[in-house]
Amino acid sequence: MSIFDTFLNWKVFVQTLPLLLSGLTTTLALGVTAIILGFIGGLVLALVRLYAKSPLRQVAIAYIDVFRSIPILVLLVVIYYALPFVGLRLSPFAAATSALSLVSAAYSAEIFRAGIEAVPKGQFEAAHALGLSPWRLMGDVVLPQALRIVIPPITSNSINVMKDTALASVVAMPDLLKQATQAQALAANPTPLISAAVIYILILLPLVRLVGILEKRLAVRGR
Amino acid sequence: MTRPIIEMNNVVKTFGMFQALHGIDLSVKEGEIVVIIGPSGSGKSTLIRCINQLEEHNAGAIVVDGAEVGRGRKRATLIEVGMVFQSFNLFPHMTVLRNVALGPVRVRGLSWADAEERARRLLARVGLADQAAKYPAQLSGGQQQRVGIARALAMEPKVLLFDEPTSALDPEMVGEVLDVMQQLAKTGVTMVVVTHEMGFARKVADRVVFMDGGRIVEEGTPDEIFNAPRDPRLRSFLQAVLSH
Repeated sequence: MSIFDTFLNWKVFVQTLPLLLSGLTTTLALGVTAIILGFIGGLVLALVRLYAKSPLRQVAIAYIDVFRSIPILVLLVVIYYALPFVGLRLSPFAAATSALSLVSAAYSAEIFRAGIEAVPKGQFEAAHALGLSPWRLMGDVVLPQALRIVIPPITSNSINVMKDTALASVVAMPDLLKQATQAQALAANPTPLISAAVIYILILLPLVRLVGILEKRLAVRGR
Repeated sequence: MTRPIIEMNNVVKTFGMFQALHGIDLSVKEGEIVVIIGPSGSGKSTLIRCINQLEEHNAGAIVVDGAEVGRGRKRATLIEVGMVFQSFNLFPHMTVLRNVALGPVRVRGLSWADAEERARRLLARVGLADQAAKYPAQLSGGQQQRVGIARALAMEPKVLLFDEPTSALDPEMVGEVLDVMQQLAKTGVTMVVVTHEMGFARKVADRVVFMDGGRIVEEGTPDEIFNAPRDPRLRSFLQAVLSH
């Protein structure tokens, strides 16, 4: 058998493509959900860490540190296989979404914090001097500037979340990787795995490129 | 005209081990133009930053427009105090028009239409009617500072504070900002100005305050301060700044 028949078998590819595409849909749904939840959670965590009073603030710091320390795979396995012992049984999708967004929120929080801290002190002072309320100060003056600063690192984090969705195959979630391994077993040929790898790259490569472009543009505009 | 709008009583401010203000007593009447001069690090900026509580004083009392401010109190009365900064501090992500209209909408409750009309009027007054749609980064330093003045005026404050408004400007742009401030002084608004521009102090001030080492060393009319300085520190300061 030639190398093409083994790794790039057209017949196998066509046969297993529908399975791969259904896996891709699941992967995208999981990734996008986790990215959005992680974004919102990260923003809230960053604001609590920066501006809340002491006990709440310590909670946010502890959360951020713990969830940046735990491997996502370990967290996922704990959520899926350990929580049922206390009566909390999540679907594979819910378990994977939880694990990914809990961790993504912690990383996003640190990115947002850096972004907010990069807004010059004079901006806060000008907003104070106008008499803007703390919410207006954040919403009108600080966050619009901070979000612009964090676009590249937040996009980078989103790429990581997208990649980490592959871990969900461990909890029997029918994502792209899981479907590909399944298809490989059925076809007794590794072509579906190669196809899955190519699909991951095709989806994420443009985003990786985008981060580079955004970083360059932000650096040129400077301050 | 005679009611004090700002009253500072024995105000003390420390930054860690460093004491920036040593018991400041200062009273500013409505409509008065007070110019504060003094060497760098003498506490001039700290003083006016305490008036609108960008710095919280550690002891003493500050009364603005009849209400004591700071030390845990609400900022409500401070809406009546406008501030123009050395580094302009315009909001870079908003147009010039929006920079000026934002405060009136968010704090005074004006509609955007009314606030933008007010903003256009004020921009015309500082000579920038045609720059309303631009972003701050597209303007020169002098133009940005004039927007800063319009932004402060848009809140219709009873007191305007200027923290070295021309110190960050190229020399050729200092004049246009001082002109606007001079026009403003004629309108009856109360102004407290920290500056190194002795010509402005001499021409525009009702009263000049000289600070050194966190204390008010001498105060008086421009004539008294510039033509008959009594304290040796004031004399040597004037000699240093006026000799070049």
